[in-house]
Amino acid sequence: MSADHGGPAAGPAARVRRLEALLEQRGLLDTELLDRALGAFLDSASPANGARLAARAWVDEGFRRRLLADANAALPELGLSMGGGLQEQRLKVVQNTADRHNVIVCTLCSCYPLALLGPSPTWYKSEAYRSRVVRDPRTVLREFGFELEPRVAISVWDSSAEARYMVLPRRPAGTEDLGEPELAALVTRNGLIGVAPL
Amino acid sequence: MADLFRIGDRVRTRRTDPPYHTRLPRYARGAAGTVTDLLGRYPLPDRRARRLAAEPEPVYAVAFTAGELFGEGDHTVTIDLWESYLEPAEAEPRGGDAAGAKALAREARK
Repeated sequence: MSADHGGPAAGPAARVRRLEALLEQRGLLDTELLDRALGAFLDSASPANGARLAARAWVDEGFRRRLLADANAALPELGLSMGGGLQEQRLKVVQNTADRHNVIVCTLCSCYPLALLGPSPTWYKSEAYRSRVVRDPRTVLREFGFELEPRVAISVWDSSAEARYMVLPRRPAGTEDLGEPELAALVTRNGLIGVAPL
Repeated sequence: MADLFRIGDRVRTRRTDPPYHTRLPRYARGAAGTVTDLLGRYPLPDRRARRLAAEPEPVYAVAFTAGELFGEGDHTVTIDLWESYLEPAEAEPRGGDAAGAKALAREARK
């Protein structure tokens, strides 16, 4: 009953709140510690992380290869990790090329590389995006204002299990003279999801 | 237990619609695809959600042609699937997109 998974998050959220209250009541939980841990994670979770990864991959061919081959092993080179949650999540970076474009979705719920892209946008969690981008990605991209050349093939990645995905966009033309920070500033969250060109 | 499938193998997803939580999306049931990556071992959510014992089992990235999933379209969709959701596909997919399937298998073996 996968459709049920897309329902409102009220069930689990209410359960978590109840659990937190009980743990606190029994003196098993230091809520200040919990708030600090959550705050630290969310403060560091931002699309700026994904942008830094893309910029480094553009200027450093060795890093690009390592990132595509085993992203979790490459992340610490930039002081990043997918270990902000309870367990380290596997990350797979998929690379856009002249003839292949990648786009990411979670059709069952809203799986998303939070540590690298920050909290997900509302549309990413919408029924419309989740159900339509797997079936007709070219039309959905067009609705984002992204007209992909017909000869460019599209790969959609449905993060239906434990792995998380991030798109490595193509380096914009005419940026040969830019340094890493300037390149990172060109990278957008939507570019890292695959719904916008850079 | 050894993994049942390797990269490049043709697999078919199960068709059953279980009366409990599963992470085999409905749009991908009974479809033939190609294993493109091994993603580690994790307990089956279908069992975990029912609080049953669940040993970690292999999770595979499986690429499908849009033709196989929807009967139209020229893109591919890659879905991460637990081993329990998969069985070996017959040599040629039933009425599926055979040319597209072969291209996916070539791509996976690169």
